[in-house]
This record gives sequence, structure tokens and C-alpha cells, in this order.
Amino acid sequence: MESPLTESPVLLVTGDRKGIGEFLAGHYLALGYRVIGCSRKPAGREGEGYRHFCLDVADESAVQQMFAEIAKDYGRLDVLINNAGVGSMNHLLLTPAKKVKDIFETNFTGTFLMCREAARLMRKRRFGRIVNMSSVAAPLKLEGEAVYAASKAAVVTLTQIAARELADFGITVNAIGPTPIETDLIKNVPQEKIEQLVQRQAIKRLGQFRDVANVIDLFIRPESDFVTGQVLYLGGV
Amino acid sequence: MSDGERLEQAIYKAVDELNGQLPKGVHVEKSADAPLYGKGGKLESIDVVGLIIEVEEKIKEEFGIAITIADERAVSEQNSPFLTVGTLTKYVAGLLKENGVTVN
Repeated sequence: MESPLTESPVLLVTGDRKGIGEFLAGHYLALGYRVIGCSRKPAGREGEGYRHFCLDVADESAVQQMFAEIAKDYGRLDVLINNAGVGSMNHLLLTPAKKVKDIFETNFTGTFLMCREAARLMRKRRFGRIVNMSSVAAPLKLEGEAVYAASKAAVVTLTQIAARELADFGITVNAIGPTPIETDLIKNVPQEKIEQLVQRQAIKRLGQFRDVANVIDLFIRPESDFVTGQVLYLGGV
Repeated sequence: MSDGERLEQAIYKAVDELNGQLPKGVHVEKSADAPLYGKGGKLESIDVVGLIIEVEEKIKEEFGIAITIADERAVSEQNSPFLTVGTLTKYVAGLLKENGVTVN
């Protein structure tokens, strides 16, 4: 007989070394999920029910290798949270093409590769929940974040079309667009800019990790099998 | 087992997997002239997607080679590789050959 632990659902969260990803890994471990994390550098977390892969989410063969191991060792994947992302703030007149490429590689190509490989595994059990990370930077058209916001807009379009293409396989695909949250992503953004941004929200405060987890909890519930292709922006944006 | 037989077995395993996912009344025979998609084939396009994924996985397992079946080339072939099990097998044999495995 299988132990309860081997029957518990498997959740993969990308970019879980710090910030929102680190919080989400802990949150879902506490809820009884078997959690797989991945990031470019080793994560500090260890312990039962947790496993970590060191990889770049935009490295196709590394991503495929990780999913081959997940298929072999777990035989399933229930939830994918595409959290890994990089930001950059610069005037477009001053932004080098290399920066554009790097941001799209991680934020878009990485999200795409993870969706593709995860869905290939999820379809075998005709169940899957994919949650992608967009940002309020896209709908708010934030000046100075043209490339970052464009990459997150691309994630929205990917989410909406993937939702349609994967519906037949019992897989839902949704996205969350967080407001600024106190993480490394915004540490170099001037306080004044953050304050201006918060003032454009209906609810004028910084986001918290629990706000993100709350929306993901909703998206990944088994009962949410009729919720797909949606983008939920926090803070009333 | 020859490489040709290994390829045939891999394709048939993929067909088995596909049949397990198909709705009642739709079934793909394990023979070269079994129709897949298009003329006489009963598969929906989404079933072909499922079959392609299964074939790619079985080829990876059997030959250790990662092939991509549905690229622009496959779509632009004058004779679609997805007409029958046989045409698909032939197309995959071509992809294997490019990877150094010659299948007769």
C-alpha cells in the first residue's frame, strides 16, 4: 500500500530560492503537497517532501531532463507555478538588446517551456493546474518597464491560448498579476515610483506573499476545473 | 531485434497509449496501412497531437534520441506523415537517420 505521502499531489514552483517562490514552496509543503522547486542557484530549503533542481528555466534540455526525472520519480505532476522571473527598469532609449533577450528568455521562454513539458506529463492523468505569473506592470503600462511589462503581457497571451489548447487534457491555465511586493525584484525601484504605482491601485498598499498564495489556492483547487484562461490582478488593478 | 523492429515496436507502443485515451468506437490498428489523420482516418487533430507526443517519448525511451516530429517540415511535406501508421513510421525513420540510426 502506498503511504499517504506518495499519494499526495505534486507541485512544482519555479524560482523558489527566494521571494514569492520561496514563500509558495513553504506554503504548499505545509498544506501537504510534495513540492519540487527549481532555480539557477541552490535553494536553502531541505527536508521531507521537498526536492530541488538547479537549472535555468529557459534551458530547454535542462527543463526536459528535469521533467524526465519528475516522470520517473513521481509519475505525476498536479500543479505548476511559473514563478521564476526577472525584472529590469530602464528607459527604452537606453535598453540594450541583450537585456531584452535575457528578460524574454526567463519570463516568456521559460514559462513556455515549463508549460509544455508540464502539460505533457499532466495529460497522462487528465488533470493539471498551471499558474503563470504576470504583473500589473502590463495593464498599468508602466513607464521604464517596457520590456518587463511586454514580457508579462506575452505571458498573459500564452496563458489564454494555452488554456484553450490544453482544456481537452483536463488542464487549466491561469495567471496572477501581482502588484509590487517587497522582494528583490523591486529593490532597485525608487520608493517614490513604488508609491505612485500603489496610488493607481484600488486598494492602496503593497502586496504580500499571502495575497499571491490566496489566488493560487483558488486556481489550483480541484473544484476550479471550470476556471481557465483567467488573469487575476491584485489590488484592484 | 533490428533497429527497424525497435522502431515498429516503439510506434505500436505509442498507438497502444493513444488507444487508451481515445473515445469509445475510435481505435487505431497496429498495422502499417492503418489510417490516422486525413483520408479515412478517424482521429481528431488533438488525438494526433497526443500520438505525436507518445511517439516522441517512446523513441526517446527506445533510442535515447529526442526527435521533434511536428515541425514546419512535417507540415509542409507533400504527402503528410500523419496519413497512416506506415507513413508516420517512415517519417520517424527519416528523423532517426538524421540522428545516426539507419532503419531499413
